[in-house]
Amino acid sequence: MADKTEVWLGTLSLMVLRTLATIGPQHGYGLARRIEQISGDQLSLNYGTLYPALLKLEQEGAITSEWGVSDNNRKAKFYRLTRTGRKQLERQTRDWQDTTAIVARFLGPSEEG
Amino acid sequence: MRKLRRLWMQLRATKGGEHSDRDLADELESILQMHVDDNLRGGMTPEEARRQALIKLGGVEQVRQAVRDRRGLPWLEVFGRDLRYAARTLLRTPGFSAMAVLVMAIGIGASVSLFTVIHSVLLRPLPFPHSEKLVAIYSQDALSKPGSGNAVAPGDFYDWQKAAHGYEQMAMWRWTGFNMSASDGQLPEFLNAGTCSWNLFSTLGISPVQGRPFMPADDYAGAARTAILSWSFFERRFNHNPAVLGNTVRLNGQLYTVIGVLPDWFQYPEPKIELWVPWQIEIPREILWSHYDHIGYVVGRLKAGIHSTAAIQEVSAAQHQIYLRFNGTGPVEQSAIARPLLEDMVGEVKTPLYVLLAAVVCLLFIASLNLSNLLVARSATRRREMAIRTALGSRRFSLIRQQLTESLLICLGGGMVGLLLATAGTHWLTTRWEELPRAYGVHLDRMAVAFALGITAMAGVLAGLLPALSTSGGCALSALQENSRGIGGSASRTSMRKALLTGEVALTVVLLVTAGLLFRSFLRLRGVDLGCATKNVLTMNYFLRGDKYSKPEQIVNFDTQLLDKVRHLAGVEAAGITNVVPGDGYYGDHEFWIPEHPAQVPGEHHFAAYRTADPDYFSVLRIPLILGRFFSENERLDHDKYVIVNQELVRQFFPAEDPIGKNLRVAWRTPQGENYEIVGVVGDTRYQVDRPIRPMMWFPILAGIPGNSSDSVLVVRSAKDVMSLATPIQKVIASFDSDFPVKNILTMEQIVGESTANPSFTATLVLSFAGLSLLLAAVGLYGVLSYLVTQRTPEIGIRMALGAERNQVLRLLLLDGLRPALIGLALGMAASVALTRLIRSLLYGTSPLDATVFVLVIITLLLSCTAACLVPAWRAARIDPMDALRSE
Repeated sequence: MADKTEVWLGTLSLMVLRTLATIGPQHGYGLARRIEQISGDQLSLNYGTLYPALLKLEQEGAITSEWGVSDNNRKAKFYRLTRTGRKQLERQTRDWQDTTAIVARFLGPSEEG
Repeated sequence: MRKLRRLWMQLRATKGGEHSDRDLADELESILQMHVDDNLRGGMTPEEARRQALIKLGGVEQVRQAVRDRRGLPWLEVFGRDLRYAARTLLRTPGFSAMAVLVMAIGIGASVSLFTVIHSVLLRPLPFPHSEKLVAIYSQDALSKPGSGNAVAPGDFYDWQKAAHGYEQMAMWRWTGFNMSASDGQLPEFLNAGTCSWNLFSTLGISPVQGRPFMPADDYAGAARTAILSWSFFERRFNHNPAVLGNTVRLNGQLYTVIGVLPDWFQYPEPKIELWVPWQIEIPREILWSHYDHIGYVVGRLKAGIHSTAAIQEVSAAQHQIYLRFNGTGPVEQSAIARPLLEDMVGEVKTPLYVLLAAVVCLLFIASLNLSNLLVARSATRRREMAIRTALGSRRFSLIRQQLTESLLICLGGGMVGLLLATAGTHWLTTRWEELPRAYGVHLDRMAVAFALGITAMAGVLAGLLPALSTSGGCALSALQENSRGIGGSASRTSMRKALLTGEVALTVVLLVTAGLLFRSFLRLRGVDLGCATKNVLTMNYFLRGDKYSKPEQIVNFDTQLLDKVRHLAGVEAAGITNVVPGDGYYGDHEFWIPEHPAQVPGEHHFAAYRTADPDYFSVLRIPLILGRFFSENERLDHDKYVIVNQELVRQFFPAEDPIGKNLRVAWRTPQGENYEIVGVVGDTRYQVDRPIRPMMWFPILAGIPGNSSDSVLVVRSAKDVMSLATPIQKVIASFDSDFPVKNILTMEQIVGESTANPSFTATLVLSFAGLSLLLAAVGLYGVLSYLVTQRTPEIGIRMALGAERNQVLRLLLLDGLRPALIGLALGMAASVALTRLIRSLLYGTSPLDATVFVLVIITLLLSCTAACLVPAWRAARIDPMDALRSE
């Protein structure tokens, strides 16, 4: 079980990093909404899944957090990408692209067809 | 790097748990509010908006748990919790815990001490550069035991040096001693010294810290006399004063120039050597090139890349050439062997040390099993607690982990106390153990601490795993249903304990048998009859050397005057002089022929131990005269061609004839030898208590020949406390020659005691370990049976209610308790029969399968086990059936 969560967390953290890189500092709720939106509502994220990913990234120093005020004047904790995070995003994006490319080659139409 | 950072954050979070909990709650709340706001904007009613938001958020508690698991280090927290829990459990039963810690401490402490000694003495390399290249070389003849050899003749050594190409260098040394004159207000004293070929120190790879080493120019007959001091002697006698370099010291009346001081850590071959002089200066010229006089110890340094076997083959071949060249005309050795220098120095203590280590490891094992046993007993009473926890969702692993923590905690406590014990124990071992080689460098080091940690962890796991597995296994439901009526409900736990006990008893039996054998052998040794009087006999050594004692008249004069004065001292019954008393070692021997017998086969040589005596010596020690007479006052100076032999010599060489009037021809002044007429035969004496009797011959000490008569032991017998005569006698000696040291003032009993000190030491140690094991096993047995009785109280009640007699109950339980002991006894006996062969070399006059010892061990063990079982069994027999049935 634990292994699967790690894999899931791995992709989730990539999504978090990417989202933060695109839209700038964001609070947890906004992040969850945004990720769902981008996935075309294919993913349904509850906070219990998102929060551990955020915590892990923070512990690794990829993101930092501080309390701020949201658009509609609510107190909220904002997450921001760090330099380390940006590098991590670049590397992970590359890795991910490589991986999907390889997997795609396996799953693509066979040449002898 | 990322992992490290994360670990650090997690560690920090583990500490500040409360703060981040609140932070999380705040964040969850803010997210919930934002969600509700959104839902409200979407047009939901406030209730619906909140409900949907909560659903979306996921269970708040689950989030918290998930976050907590990830935020901190859960295993660390769990470990901390286990630790606290274990500590609490242990503190609840302080008596049990203290006992357990103490038992483990003794086991661990003893093991660590022994390990430290073994590591420093047997395993640590010698403190010389590339010490693995150093070998000790011995010569061998047809009679040598495989793997051992004899001291080397100087002539052989010099031939080897020329013939062998496998060694960088080869050096020779031997013990010697000097009378050092009083100087600068210091008393005269006798010095243990060494004499060595000039290259001994360079062969070993060391050089003096002050001054220079010996050079070839120092090491030839007639060279200027030089000496190199040991550091301790330099410190003790010269108070570190470097001015002593280039100055002279007076040894045996001769002046020696001090040219160097050795490093303080240099202790080869033994720390008691105080100074070194060059070989050819010290060894008499007549034997400098001899192939007959086997007097030297040879050390070689192998060339890089040359194997010891190849190198020694060349030496051996050279020795065989010498042997062939002499064609049996003298005692020439046939071959040579080498062994690593370290092995050479510590070989003798190897077996005793390993036996002791095996004994303490057994003890530690028994202690672990005992702890295991106690924990099983406790875990049995906690079975319900475990079952309830299982029912509440504890995983089996976490239960095992928790119990392991407990036993590890006990062992850790034991390990720490044990380390303290080990420090004391190591010190005690190295100071009490007479003649333990390399004892000077033994101390607890990192290796020892690492070893302590290792065995602590092992013991903890060993002791904790069995009980943990036994409780956590099985069905929780049955444990919950079990009540006090559940007769035999915990049979598996009991059988586990019995199995542990069987193991304990078996190990104890092995220990007891070993201890018994060693002890019996020691008693045998103590009971050996030396063949002479040992009560109220005082001995002291003196050496008549140097200018003042270079002529026979001078020596004889000194001896006769001394005897005359001493015999007139109050309290002295008799006094005599010899060169070495019984029990004090072999000293040396000489080859002899019997001119009346047909010529010997070439290559066959007869030897007898060389002794000297004055006319009264034999009667002082009450050595019986068998035939002929003792020496008389006439046998002195030139009139000395007489000899007294022991019965063993007669038995071997004059089996069917009267030896009196026959001659022994001994060649020590001229190559063809002189005849000595046998005037008497005396009873056999032993030169060492644990060695067989050998042929001996005594020559008149009053011949006064320098060299032959110089080593003297004054032997004095008194009617009572003979030690009080030591000072008056020393005063007599000082009145003749104030510059004259005496050494080894010992009673005969002390001399015998010295040679049995080590066997007694080993035997006592192993015996105390065995005793401790027996105690542990008995306590274990008692514990198991007491527990069984409590468990079976209702059953016993029923039995009694149905008419069982009290003594039937007693027998039932007694047998139940004794069964594991009996199985253990049988196993232990079988193991002992197989293992005691290994200590054969430590046993004197005792078979490894000595029946008395085995029977005694069986009786001791049965008695102790029965005693341990009797108390609980008797308690069971006293149970009142009514109380027992109501006890539910």
